[in-house]
Amino acid sequence: MSAAKQYIDFYGEVRDVIARRSCAEVNAQREAAFETFSAKGFPSQKVERYRYAKVDADFSPNYGIALTPLDGPLPPYCFHIADAEPRARVLYNKVADATDSIVALNTMLCVDTLVVHVPRGIRVEHPIQISNILKGEQDTMVSRRILVVMDEMAEADIIITDRAASQSRFMTNQVIEVVMKDDSHLNLYEVEETHLLCTRYSSVFVQQGRNSHLHHTSLTLFNGHTRNRLDVLLQGEGSEVTANGCIIADKMQRVDNNTLIDHQAPSCQSNELYKYVLDDNAVGAFAGKVLVRKGAQKTVSQETNANLCATSSARMYTQPMLEIYADDVKCSHGSTVGQMDEAALFYMRQRGIDEQEARLLLKAAFITEVIETIPLESLRDRLHILVDKRLRGELSKCEGCKLC
Amino acid sequence: MLEIKNLHASINGKEILKGISLTVKDGEVHAVMGLNGAGKSTLSNVIVGHPSYEVTQGTITWNDKDLLSLKPEERAHEGIFLSFQQPVEIPGVSMVNFMRAALNAKRKYQGLEPMPAGDFLKLMREKRSIVELDSKLANRSVNEGFSGGEKKRNEIFQMAMLEPTLTILDETDSGLDVDALRVVAEGFNKLRRPESSAIVITHYQRLLDYLKPDVVHVLIDGRIVKTGGPELAVEIENRGFDWIKEEAGL
Repeated sequence: MSAAKQYIDFYGEVRDVIARRSCAEVNAQREAAFETFSAKGFPSQKVERYRYAKVDADFSPNYGIALTPLDGPLPPYCFHIADAEPRARVLYNKVADATDSIVALNTMLCVDTLVVHVPRGIRVEHPIQISNILKGEQDTMVSRRILVVMDEMAEADIIITDRAASQSRFMTNQVIEVVMKDDSHLNLYEVEETHLLCTRYSSVFVQQGRNSHLHHTSLTLFNGHTRNRLDVLLQGEGSEVTANGCIIADKMQRVDNNTLIDHQAPSCQSNELYKYVLDDNAVGAFAGKVLVRKGAQKTVSQETNANLCATSSARMYTQPMLEIYADDVKCSHGSTVGQMDEAALFYMRQRGIDEQEARLLLKAAFITEVIETIPLESLRDRLHILVDKRLRGELSKCEGCKLC
Repeated sequence: MLEIKNLHASINGKEILKGISLTVKDGEVHAVMGLNGAGKSTLSNVIVGHPSYEVTQGTITWNDKDLLSLKPEERAHEGIFLSFQQPVEIPGVSMVNFMRAALNAKRKYQGLEPMPAGDFLKLMREKRSIVELDSKLANRSVNEGFSGGEKKRNEIFQMAMLEPTLTILDETDSGLDVDALRVVAEGFNKLRRPESSAIVITHYQRLLDYLKPDVVHVLIDGRIVKTGGPELAVEIENRGFDWIKEEAGL
């Protein structure tokens, strides 16, 4: 409870300030979240979905807590929650797991919420880009909240990037809720390119209606400590989800992805591919559960986690899980952890490619499979370049960013 | 000129090469024949600097340079090329990127600028035709899903791109049908320049019919026990190795 206490005390001091800066829908959820967080504190590693995280340690630094509303011009179809349509606003905190104390902490401290609302039948031509830029001289924690509502037959690409513009210690506790109504299509990309002093807790919750399609890609290119949770509830018949991850970590970086694909309706499909390249003393974890409920017949599901540990000191924990309560399904799951292919390295060196370059080519080749699945061509091309730069150690944090 | 003197080499502490001496002058083709396990592949691996092999004694000089002090990639830049007995598949690395990296690494070593992309692709097309390598293969990942014959043709294609001055063919004929063997051998011959030399490791006369070696060595139990002209290969084809073993008192 030690780390939790500072947040409880802080909330006690500022609850009125937060409430004044917020709107009714957000305030309505706050006290219940406070109760949940006060009662539970931070989850220990005994809690199944936090087995690989060090939550207490991650939240214990004495962060200044940001209570500022959203800043900057909003892209099309994006709103401050107070300005969003009531039918979108009421979905706030209806999809997230309110019993989770990390989510509760976000609900308790979040001041503003970005609502992305794409109305029925609208196909958004250009990708909606949401840039999160961590900036400031003080160690800071931000509680970021996004609510995406895709009405019937709506289509959009959303790119969410995390960057850090100053070398302070940052903690991001983000919750994204996504409601996808029938026949909607969403490509959701999350790209983290921060620095070693950044910690990110991200919890993404998705509800999918009939014949809706979600393509989610989570890219961790540079970070400190990252813990991503993704819960996708396939509630409507015929809905499909692709959930992929591309993780590159070295030094002392830590990346933990924890996913749940919950097949609640028949004839749904899920595809999951997470690939990690770990170097130096990096630690990776992947725990992914695919749950096929009774009645979710004709489910097709595939879950793969493949990992490359380039050094003997890099560590990977992998736990693919499959729970099936229906009898007419096609499901597979698996994971691999491998080392550098020494035969391939030597083959390349014999052709004159030096060892460092050969290693880099092998790492890039391994991770390319995930990048290739990205539907948005311009992003795919850019990511190929970014991955190459990242592996060469040339990634400049703010490159391509127009805001700073 | 390649000069190997009293070369001893081992893998995992087991001595495989037990004192090999061999001189290959510029322009010469040497064949190394011998039974399985005689040390033929070890010899080629040691020349190109495979990290699994330890040289315990002896020297190798290449154009007056101490070859053993060079890294594998530096030996490649110095013009040494090994056509692998089992070419390695590298999923996710395209032939184009692989060859570009290799060629430009060599150019960098020679103090040249990277080759412009247009020139490079033109060169790829030109060299591909020599070994009748399908353009589809050139666009795929390195050796991935290639048949045995395609892999060997791909080795000769890479040789064509890199223009080595010493080529080692390590059982390039294994796993090839007669037509593929002809394409590979003729491709090799077309690429040979007067000053370039080769070491051809093989069990059979068939490849040597095409490549016309100047010198034939017989390697048994880590030693060269007999050296002769091209007629020696013919005799081995007819009589096997037993008579050589007897002659050498093995």
